[in-house]
Amino acid sequence: MHRIASAFARRTALMPYLTFGYPDAETSLACVQAAAEAGADLIELGMPFSDPLADGPVIQHSTQIALENGITVAKCLQMTTELRRRGVVLPLLLMGYFNPIFSYGVSRFTRDAATAGADGVIVPDLPMEEAAELETACRECGLSLVYMLAPTSTPERIESVAARASGFLYLVSVAGVTGERQGWPEGLKEFVGRVKQKAATPVAVGFGIGTPAQAAEVGRFADGVIVGSAVIKAAGGAQPVEAVRQLVSDLRRAL
Amino acid sequence: MTPTPLSNSNGKFGPYGGQFVPETLMPALAELTAAYTSARADAAFHRELGRLQDTYVGRPTPLTHARRLSAQLGGAQIYLKREDLAHSGAHKINNALGQALLAQRMGKQRIIAETGAGQHGVATATACALLGLDCVVYMGTVDMARQQPNVFRMKLLGAEVRGVESGTKTLKDAINEAIRDWVTHVAATYYLLGSALGPHPYPTMVRDFQSIIGREARAQILEQTGRLPDTLIACVGGGSNAIGLFHDFISDEQVEMIGVEAGGAGVATGKHAARFADPAVGRVGILHGAKTFVLQTPDGQIADTHSISAGLDYAAVGPEHSFLRDSERAFYTSATDDKALAAFSTLCRTEGIIPALESSHAVAEALKRAPTMRPDQIIIVNLSGRGDKDLDTVMKHL
Repeated sequence: MHRIASAFARRTALMPYLTFGYPDAETSLACVQAAAEAGADLIELGMPFSDPLADGPVIQHSTQIALENGITVAKCLQMTTELRRRGVVLPLLLMGYFNPIFSYGVSRFTRDAATAGADGVIVPDLPMEEAAELETACRECGLSLVYMLAPTSTPERIESVAARASGFLYLVSVAGVTGERQGWPEGLKEFVGRVKQKAATPVAVGFGIGTPAQAAEVGRFADGVIVGSAVIKAAGGAQPVEAVRQLVSDLRRAL
Repeated sequence: MTPTPLSNSNGKFGPYGGQFVPETLMPALAELTAAYTSARADAAFHRELGRLQDTYVGRPTPLTHARRLSAQLGGAQIYLKREDLAHSGAHKINNALGQALLAQRMGKQRIIAETGAGQHGVATATACALLGLDCVVYMGTVDMARQQPNVFRMKLLGAEVRGVESGTKTLKDAINEAIRDWVTHVAATYYLLGSALGPHPYPTMVRDFQSIIGREARAQILEQTGRLPDTLIACVGGGSNAIGLFHDFISDEQVEMIGVEAGGAGVATGKHAARFADPAVGRVGILHGAKTFVLQTPDGQIADTHSISAGLDYAAVGPEHSFLRDSERAFYTSATDDKALAAFSTLCRTEGIIPALESSHAVAEALKRAPTMRPDQIIIVNLSGRGDKDLDTVMKHL
């Protein structure tokens, strides 16, 4: 069974997000290992970009630091290889804006990502209309190109995106950028339900989920829960590895 | 408005353009494209825009024969398309008013915009005041410091100016922040993008609203001289004033079209914003929703740019310019900060016109080319804005 599919098959999947190279290269790797040990089912790994226009301040800051630490696309791929060498067996999803991938070379990127041991790619500024080249290149290398859907997506778009989905569908819980939020967007459950009707893949929800209670609530109707900014905040503290381990473990227990 | 086709249905100019934006915005872009397509075909929309252009903006703007300058250079006759005389001091009002009317037609009360030099912010604040719309302008704090008078102007006009502290704190970061705002408030907000860049339909729509520049200039030069110009020159940041001047001349193949990018401290120094000049850093990439030429590092990070003029200090160029450059219908060159400053001074003294530093880049290219041409030849320079906003900067250098 495909690694991503089996990650969703067992239980409500938990996918923490970490930025490659934040707070520094070695600590980011240790945080991934800690998250894996603490009960993550998949891990989303951010490749930094100078202009992350879908991200809120917390993730923006982490990618800025990563860039200052000299993290490049090539280094992200090397770090992916290193994670596999260290025995991390969970599905790893590489999240990056399109320009660095395009600059690296789309087919070169998918080939090297697959070789490094990645399972999929998430590109927040690449809607399906622009994704043909990357989608084909991913398919040829056995990678999933994970598409996003938003509360603004029309029924027609939901149907078209769902038909092209690979791995899982990434639902943005609320119109906006990444970051923790108080309260809960109305209609999220209904939105997830609408997408599930059309989707042959699992449906995971991200953006705005930061606490175990929020994760538990979303986990009742979604196949997976994605937690980004809260994990990055933990990784940015005094004891990054322990804080990430604790948060992931709390999230896991709540699900 | 000339019934030229929209760029093809997915918003591409050859391989350039497109819609590289988060999924959340795709339905908003579809809504905008539909609304613009309908407005574009509606005579009432054009009547209202035309009325405001005549009675509020002060169009048509003059085409001025720069006689002393031409005589001094001893070559081609230089004509200046006087967008500096448009209300609010630059060509930016053409687009701001067009899009603000569209926003009103779409029932969107809240307008957001980005600004670099502040001219687009001022134009948007002006249009919003005129039409009674709410206005938020994002501006990098570096740009706020160097364009203080425009910040004050926007506030006077009732706009809220939000300083942007992220990244390089200039135009590209202001666009990032405006897009983040738009993603968050997409249902009730209209993003009034200021140049011929960004995702489809903006490059086409902004070009259409700016094409009045070339349409007027073409009629004016025919009326004044009985012939078409030999050369058009315009500065190119995002490229809206240039595409506005060029558009109506594109099928006049004998008319040469020159875009002038910001050469900063010199292309060789790496401190510039000349996307077409240096293949080591200016390569095809994706920024702010469009595939086009982008200044970037070997790793695909957006490069820092430098120009004395905030309005040209941007890492990407409008996608239609990339297409015109590939097809060799237009040619692109650059002028350094120093050449732009020299041209600024020359124009002040020979013609009594204080140009914007952006426009001074186009003037610099005219100063270079005119002496190599015959006196019966004609250059039209787009004087895209006035220089009052730049006096602080210029006083430091001259």
